[in-house]
Amino acid sequence: MGLEQFKNRNVGTQEYKVLNLQESPKTPMAKFTQVAKRTFKGELFVGLGVTVREMFNALFRGQMHTVKYPLEKLPISPRYRAIHEMLRLLESGHYRCIGCGLCEKICISNCITMETRYDENQRKEVSEYTINFGRCIFCGYCAEVCPELAIVHGPRYETASEQRASFSLFEDMLTPIDKLSLQQEYDGFGAVSPNADENIKKTPLAY
Amino acid sequence: METTTLIGQLPEVTAAGVAIKAILILAIISAVAGFGTYLERKVLAFMQRRLGPTHVGPYGLLQIAADGIKLFTKEDIVPQHANSLIFKVAPVITAATAFIALAGVPVFPDFTIPEFIPVLGGTFVPSIASDVNVGILFVIGMMAAGLYGPLLAGMAQANKWGIIGAARTAIQFLSYEVVTGLSLLAPIMLVGSLSLIDFNEAQSGGITSWFIWQQPVAFVLFLIAGFAETNRTPFDLLEHEAEVISGYATEYSGMRWGMFFIGEYANMITISILAAVVFLGGYNDFGFIAGWIMILLKVAFFFFLMLWVRAAWPHVRPDQLMWLCWKVLMPIAVINVVVTGIVMMV
Repeated sequence: MGLEQFKNRNVGTQEYKVLNLQESPKTPMAKFTQVAKRTFKGELFVGLGVTVREMFNALFRGQMHTVKYPLEKLPISPRYRAIHEMLRLLESGHYRCIGCGLCEKICISNCITMETRYDENQRKEVSEYTINFGRCIFCGYCAEVCPELAIVHGPRYETASEQRASFSLFEDMLTPIDKLSLQQEYDGFGAVSPNADENIKKTPLAY
Repeated sequence: METTTLIGQLPEVTAAGVAIKAILILAIISAVAGFGTYLERKVLAFMQRRLGPTHVGPYGLLQIAADGIKLFTKEDIVPQHANSLIFKVAPVITAATAFIALAGVPVFPDFTIPEFIPVLGGTFVPSIASDVNVGILFVIGMMAAGLYGPLLAGMAQANKWGIIGAARTAIQFLSYEVVTGLSLLAPIMLVGSLSLIDFNEAQSGGITSWFIWQQPVAFVLFLIAGFAETNRTPFDLLEHEAEVISGYATEYSGMRWGMFFIGEYANMITISILAAVVFLGGYNDFGFIAGWIMILLKVAFFFFLMLWVRAAWPHVRPDQLMWLCWKVLMPIAVINVVVTGIVMMV
């Protein structure tokens, strides 16, 4: 098998429309009539009408496009991948992270560092968790691989800071305990799809 | 030195009155020209559904002050290979001729300074700084002389964009000036005078006596030529950014560039006043509306029209401008003059 079929980038069928452009007039009389026709056609006033209509729309019908950015912000998609957030369990308030290390393993720019240990109940505890945002490329693999929906991408896209270490510690990313009631369930990259229940099938029993 | 004796006869015009008028024109038109930049940015923004300047002062009104501070405090740069004398003189030509042209047009109504003001009390301030008997010719001539500003500026700055801008200035000047003169000739024939006061008085009989009804063709021609004269959008070949960076103003910055701008806006006001006085009844009273409000409204309309056109229309190529002016507008203007003459004779 050759590579020809892969080099063909014309995917799909093209449906070009040929514009009905008339031929340029040849004789002086035809040129003159074209000029006269275009002069008295009033197309220029159509242009004036459009601009003044848009002005009235903007001023009196609330169709102004401008967003005064630092004062007002456009909503972003739930799939937007900004600074990470660590979520808590809604009932107990304990952080969701179980210290499995999958995010550290999958991170393709090696920016996640975590250390875990056993606590007094022999449960795994996250003692260190940082993301180096100087390296992070916001690919979203960590959020996708997380089995507990513990690490997700939040909506915080204004990431200019004085310190490189800002918002990269576990405590910085973790939902504050007093804001637990405001914690939003993540429906973006790597989250369970809205129709997940329909996709679950009974495990076929072989016996 | 004062005393109105006969009805309709104005008090004597003194040197002090003319000097006050000149200072008034300079102060007010410079301020209005500055304000015009704000208006232009606002109107263009609204037509593109943007907000325009909003942050400096209420509704961005103090943007003019901010711009002024910026222009005045910018470093004054004269390019190394430029002819520095001509480079420095050129913006002055544009600004000065724009204001000299305003000496010949009736800018505001006349008034007498009240007696209680100590030194100047009782001085009569005329509506025209100098009512020369070739009024309209003087104004048009001065505005034409103003084109030396861009021409010399473009050639003096040792910059290829400037050279192209200067060449386009020459092209544009040669093209529209004929049309301006010929289109104004027909109303001049009807009035029989070159004084703008006479134009005003010839149209004092209400809206039906306006020359736009008698001379619609001349009005359209004059408007087109006026747009070319003030370098407004359909004919802004001199400084069209997409083609020649800034044309003749490429190497200019700071207050020198600001003087070009003030000159351009003053010219816009002059052309607006000319169109209002020659074709739209000037500063005659209109029903219950006083004359000075009428002239303000008319000038404001023409000013707005220039911004409106800039928002709506693309600009033409230099060769299209020459084609339009020489092959279309000039013959129409000549025919208009001839027809007017025949109608007047019959």
